[in-house]
Amino acid sequence: MINALIGGVLIGLAVSLMLLFNGRVTGISGIIGGTFKAPKGELTWRVAFLLGLLFGGIMLQTFKPGIFDQVSSAEWFDYLIAGLFVGFGTLLGNGCTSGHGVCGISRLSARSMVATGTFIFFGIISVLLYKFLRGPL
Amino acid sequence: MKSVIAFVVGLIFAFGLGISGMTQTQVVRGFLDVFGQWNYSLLGVMGGAIFVHSILFYFIKKRQGPLLDDKFYLPTRKDLDQRLILGSALFGLGWGWAGICPGPGIVAMVGGSFNIVIFVASMLGGMAVFKLVENRIK
Repeated sequence: MINALIGGVLIGLAVSLMLLFNGRVTGISGIIGGTFKAPKGELTWRVAFLLGLLFGGIMLQTFKPGIFDQVSSAEWFDYLIAGLFVGFGTLLGNGCTSGHGVCGISRLSARSMVATGTFIFFGIISVLLYKFLRGPL
Repeated sequence: MKSVIAFVVGLIFAFGLGISGMTQTQVVRGFLDVFGQWNYSLLGVMGGAIFVHSILFYFIKKRQGPLLDDKFYLPTRKDLDQRLILGSALFGLGWGWAGICPGPGIVAMVGGSFNIVIFVASMLGGMAVFKLVENRIK
């Protein structure tokens, strides 16, 4: 739990920095979505952010090899289907765990609270469905 | 300069995701497995993030604007519509099935799991599909 809290604090700090300096909400699905058909001035900072994510991943992998090891019974087609749902759903719903969950709730946005409650609820349903249809996680 | 900040934010965000365990599908699915082996770590991540950001948001928002731009780009919508609910439902279903969402997906790709790469590629595909039909939906 301590790692979770430390990680959470870092995330909270990161999104606060983005707001203080750039005035932007750090909703990752929105940042990625905004790269499609981006008007002038909207692309560079988004790409920079995504590169930061990637570079952060590389640093983590370097100093803590195995940090991204996945333990799952899911197969490639599970990830394929899930990806489609996540990609389409986050743009339709205007946000994900960072946008609605962290930024939206922190702003006391009712939309974000409803969105977050909804995706957590359906996430729970999804795990139940998986266990029922496919077996152990 | 804004891009430098954005890059640094991405870096710190990635560290937060990695350290908290959010980049591992077993941790996320463990949180959503409420009727099974419940892993409540995600509560700590969201709790920690919301705690920090809600306080800082309050103070930052008192400013006229951010440091490197003229205005804050904050969402203005307050309505609860079908798209919000349906979109969140679809997202939740995908999130629970695979155990990853956009941010952790991108960060975890470097770990070498081909499944994660498939997820991210497919996610981008799903986003592209939405972008193609969004005018018809709106």
